[in-house]
Amino acid sequence: MSPTPYLVLASILFTIGGTGVLLRRNALVAFMSVELMLNACNLAFVAFARMHGDIDGQVAAFFVMVVAAAEVVVGLAIIVTIFRTRRSASVDDASLLKL
Amino acid sequence: MTLGEIGEQTVSTAGGVFSAAWLLIVFPLIGAAALLLGSRRLDRAYGVLGCMAPLASFVVAAALFVAMLGREPEQRAISVPLYDLFAVGDYQVGVGLLVDQLSIAFSLLITGVGSLIHVYSIGYMAHDENRQRFFGYLNLFVAAMLLLVLADDYLVLYVGWEGVGLASYLLIGFWQHKDSAAVAAKKAFVVNRVGDFGMSLAVMSMVVVFGTTAFAGVFPAAADASEGWLIAIGLLLLLGACGKSAQFPLQSWLLDAMEGPTPVSALIHAATMVTAGVYLVVRSAAIYAGAEPAQTAVVVVGTITALMGAIIGCAKDDIKKALAGSTMSQIGYMMLAAGLGPAGYAFAIFHLLTHGFFKAELFLGAGSVMHGMNDEVDMRRYGGLRTVMRTTYVTFAAGYLAIIGIPPFAGFFSKDSIIEAAFANNFVAGLGALVGAGITGFYMTRVMLMTFFGERRWAPDAHPHESPSVMTVPLWILAGLSLVGGAALLYVGGGIVQWLEPVTGEEHVELGIPVWAMTLVILAVVLVGVAVAWQIFGRQPLPVTAPAGSPVTVAARRDLYGDAVNEAVFMRPGQYLTRSLVYVDNRGVDGAVVGTASAVGQFSSRLRRWQTGFVRSYALSMLAGAAVVVIAMLLVRLP
Amino acid sequence: MFAQAVEAAGHTGEAVVFWSTAPIAVLSALGLVVARKAVHGAMFVAVTMICLAILYFSLEAPFLGVVQIVVYTGAIMMLFLFVIMLIGVDVSDSRVETIRGQRVAAVLAGIGFGLLLVAVAANALVSEAAGMAAAQPEGNVAAIADRIFSRHVWVFEVTSALLITAALGAMVLTYRERLFRRPSQRELAVARFRRGGTAASPLPSPGVYARHNAVDTPALLPDGTPSELSISPVLVARGTVRPAEQEAAQIEQLEQQVVELTGEPLDESTRERP
Repeated sequence: MSPTPYLVLASILFTIGGTGVLLRRNALVAFMSVELMLNACNLAFVAFARMHGDIDGQVAAFFVMVVAAAEVVVGLAIIVTIFRTRRSASVDDASLLKL
Repeated sequence: MTLGEIGEQTVSTAGGVFSAAWLLIVFPLIGAAALLLGSRRLDRAYGVLGCMAPLASFVVAAALFVAMLGREPEQRAISVPLYDLFAVGDYQVGVGLLVDQLSIAFSLLITGVGSLIHVYSIGYMAHDENRQRFFGYLNLFVAAMLLLVLADDYLVLYVGWEGVGLASYLLIGFWQHKDSAAVAAKKAFVVNRVGDFGMSLAVMSMVVVFGTTAFAGVFPAAADASEGWLIAIGLLLLLGACGKSAQFPLQSWLLDAMEGPTPVSALIHAATMVTAGVYLVVRSAAIYAGAEPAQTAVVVVGTITALMGAIIGCAKDDIKKALAGSTMSQIGYMMLAAGLGPAGYAFAIFHLLTHGFFKAELFLGAGSVMHGMNDEVDMRRYGGLRTVMRTTYVTFAAGYLAIIGIPPFAGFFSKDSIIEAAFANNFVAGLGALVGAGITGFYMTRVMLMTFFGERRWAPDAHPHESPSVMTVPLWILAGLSLVGGAALLYVGGGIVQWLEPVTGEEHVELGIPVWAMTLVILAVVLVGVAVAWQIFGRQPLPVTAPAGSPVTVAARRDLYGDAVNEAVFMRPGQYLTRSLVYVDNRGVDGAVVGTASAVGQFSSRLRRWQTGFVRSYALSMLAGAAVVVIAMLLVRLP
Repeated sequence: MFAQAVEAAGHTGEAVVFWSTAPIAVLSALGLVVARKAVHGAMFVAVTMICLAILYFSLEAPFLGVVQIVVYTGAIMMLFLFVIMLIGVDVSDSRVETIRGQRVAAVLAGIGFGLLLVAVAANALVSEAAGMAAAQPEGNVAAIADRIFSRHVWVFEVTSALLITAALGAMVLTYRERLFRRPSQRELAVARFRRGGTAASPLPSPGVYARHNAVDTPALLPDGTPSELSISPVLVARGTVRPAEQEAAQIEQLEQQVVELTGEPLDESTRERP
């Protein structure tokens, strides 16, 4: 089967994730949207691996997963810390870095 | 070793007592530093500390003088190099002293008369709470003046020149709590800046023309320099001399400088400051020798100032201002003589020395009168003081007889010499000098009569009394010098003319008529002046308030409109210029700068609105940016 | 070209799997964006990830499919749920957009960017899939292991360091130093009485009406009004509290039932009268 449908699916998922980041104020939802974007990329990696008949694409997806896991750990810790001090998980409330 | 030639003699290196010549300057400098920087507790010993330094310098100067007497006349110029200031390529500036007949004469006058004024000040300033500072300034003044006359380089001379200006500024404005004193000090400083400007231009011209500013380099080379340059340098030096010596047209500061304490006036007028211009012209004889128009300018300036000062002196009711007018006039005589070239240099210095004696005497006497009269300076409030202030009266009278030139007092010899030399060279200048002598007789007699004779017109609370002996002893010494100084200088040991001859050269011009006849004419003119004054001021009682007077009197009271001219010609246009410059600066320059800044500021505050702090806005712009990148890549790949 | 690909895919089992999984993935991804509550969003993401895992299997990447389920759905999403629980399940977004123009701009940018990406992906010059058979002769796991521990061993080591750093960072970030001594139970009780305002007794228990265990129903006060204090605020936030008025209206009937069942008249002292 041609990898094209997989790539289109990956594009759609990536776009939905990106739109989620833009639209949702809840930091957790925004963060999950980022995870969705990463997964979309992984799908493209795996599809390309099969297209080229090379295992490297799958290895890349594997490393993306590892890095994503590390990112989630730190990101959630930050969200918890912010929530603890500001009693809010809204990314709009953390908008002090401006003039 | 021969270092070069100055005047008509060779200069040799220092040895023996001459190598200690720098002590002359260092003593008053140390005194000034100790008094100005030292603890307030030194105030208790202010008199001893203040007088020690000039007295020590006087001893050094006397020792140098004696040592110089022991040398051959041609070996009396001694160079005392101290250290090299800097060297740039071929241009070297060394700091050194030149001890010769001219500078030693000045040193003796400055330290001698200066010491007497210091001693006098102990009594005069006894009740001033800032007397420590006062004596510090006096010492600084003496040190700067000594550096000026002892320098062997125009650049070093310039240092002393500026030091004198600074010290005079500090002393004229010593009572700075008085507005008039502060303004007078500022005026003296500003007017002196004009002269200093000419002086600095002259020094720079020397660097250009001669490549050096050392006397030893400039004077031998002056003979070969182009006349145009020599005239320019001569005129610039004259401008400098006019500023320092209060000669026309830079005379206006001198009369206001009377705001300073009276010993300061004495120091400025007799021993330091105003004599610097005469010294400069005489010292630069080699330059003026090749620049006849510059010499003529010196004569013209001297003659005008001699008459101007005398006329102003006639109208002033303030005793110090009348004396200041007389100083202008007498310095004018010296400049006139100095402008005559080798024929007059020696007489200029001769008159300078005798003038130092009797003018110091007159000022200190005036100070003594003021001291006894509650600092009253208006002569219309004096009168009949000869009975209550006998010492002051007698000593002042000695100064009076000396300045109008009654034999055998000092002024007779020196002034006669100048008038004779003037007549021998130029009839107009001689006539001016002769008329000036007559006016001198008039106004000095007026001062004498108004102060010591007539009925008592004292203020109700005035209780005149004689000054303490610390003030009268210097008066006696100066009176003695006024009496015998002239004859002594002219005749003892060959006289001053012969003494100065190696420095100034000599040139004797024969007078058309016999010398005794000339002397009689001068004496007659002076006596006419005295008689007129007695007729006006001695025979009828004097009103306490000044009468309106003739137009000439009014003009003289207002310093012959010198200030008005300065105001109209320089001050007003200057103010307009600065105001318009300020306007241009505020509206033009500042407008451009501020306008640019505010434009940038406004643009930035618009731009700032993009910086919302919302992460989602930033994410949106990142997404848009990513889209642009994808589109760009597509466009590149499409063909 | 897209149509051709669809045509070609239609014949194989893989196509069946793809076309049955992909719509679910896209719909649940959209569900994440529109869900009001974070918990629902997390559930939607989990569904999408499971769909992707299935697709990995059909893309001849069984190892990644398993890892996707174990790591993402099993670990990462659990971590998300844990944090959601920590900061309050009752936190839900309001739908009012606070940044002016953000929603319109975001939707436009998203659609534009999506169309752009889809157009690129659909028009990309792709060859027919070569298949993984040649690349993994001894099986998928062995091939990946071979590649990770040979060519990418350095990257592998670095990611291990990254993981340890991330774990330490999370600990540092969430660690809270206690500035004051933790108050003892005795001090808490004293403080509660000092503060006053609340009853000294324990809070009222929820209404138990002998019909069913009703922690979600507030107790009735003697005057017949429901007590707010008798139920958990979490239930109030979730909006799953049953109204008590219904029970209050039926008190007479309940008493009758009790008398009928027990055969004894009701003790007047235990009666609650509004």
